[in-house]
Amino acid sequence: MLRKNWWKILSIIFLFYTLTAGFLGRVPVKPILNETIRNLYFHVAMWFVMMIFFIVSVIYSIKYLRHNLPVDDMYAVEYARTGIVFGVLGLLTGSVWAKYTWGDFWSNDPKQLGAAIALLIYLAYFVLRNSLTDLDKSARISAVYNVFAFAMLFPTIWIIPRLVESLHPGGMGNPALNTKDIDSRMRVIFYFGAIPGWALLGTWITTLRIRLQIFSLNHERHV
Amino acid sequence: MSGMYRFFLRLFFSVAGIGMAGWLQAQDSLQSEKPQMADGMRASGKIYVVVAVLLMILTGIFIYLIRLDRKISRLEKNNK
Repeated sequence: MLRKNWWKILSIIFLFYTLTAGFLGRVPVKPILNETIRNLYFHVAMWFVMMIFFIVSVIYSIKYLRHNLPVDDMYAVEYARTGIVFGVLGLLTGSVWAKYTWGDFWSNDPKQLGAAIALLIYLAYFVLRNSLTDLDKSARISAVYNVFAFAMLFPTIWIIPRLVESLHPGGMGNPALNTKDIDSRMRVIFYFGAIPGWALLGTWITTLRIRLQIFSLNHERHV
Repeated sequence: MSGMYRFFLRLFFSVAGIGMAGWLQAQDSLQSEKPQMADGMRASGKIYVVVAVLLMILTGIFIYLIRLDRKISRLEKNNK
C-alpha cells in the first residue's frame, strides 16, 4: 500500500509545511502588499499547478491521437478538468488579492484578461466534447482541440501580459519572480512546498476521478 | 492505508490539543488578572490561531480524501 501511495503522504507533508511556514515564515516588507505577499504560496501556486495539469492533459491527448486508446482520452479530460478547477481558484483568489492591493476586484489587467480567455478556451473543450454523441469522434476531435487550446495558453498567459504594461509583476519584459519581489526564504517555501504540495493534491483528486470513471465503465460492461 | 488513516486521526487530535493548550493558557492568564497578551497562541497578533484553524481544515480535507480513496479501492477490489 505504502509503495503505491507514498506521493499522497508527500502531498500532505508539503501542504502542512506550506501552511505553517507560509504564515509564520518571515517575508520581505513592502508597501501596499504588506502581509498579502504570502498569497504567493496560494494564488500564484494555483496558476503553476493549472499549467502543470494542462501540460499533462495535452500529453495524454497526443498519446490518444497516436494510439487511439480510450483510457488516454479519459486521462486528458480529467487532468484538463482539474486544471480548470485550479485556474478558476486562481482567478477568484486573484481578484480578492487585487481588491485590497490594486483597489478593484477586476481591473482589466492584461494578465487577468488573458487568464480569463485561456479558461474560456478550456471550457469550450468540454462544450465541444459533450456536444458530440459519437464517443470515438468526440474523443478524437476534442483531442485535436486540446492541442490548439494548449497552444493558445502561450500567447494568452505567457506572452501578451509580458509585453504590455501590467499591474502584475513581470510586465514590460521583466521577469515575474525576480529577486526584487521575493527573496530566497519565500522561494524555498514556494518551490519546495506550495508547488509540489498543491500539484500532488490535484493529482490525487484527478486519479480518484479517473479510477471512478474506469470502474463505472467496467461495471457498465458487466451489466 | 488504515495505519495512515489512524496516523492522521492522531495528528488531527494533536493539532486540536495544541489549540486547547493555548486556550487553557489564555484562561489561566485571565484568572491571574495579569494580561499576558503575547503568550503561546496569543503571540504575533494571534497568527498561530489562524495557522491552527487552517491546519485543522487541511487535516479534515485529507481525512475525507483518504476515506474516499479507500472506498474506491474497495469498489475496485470487489468488482474485479
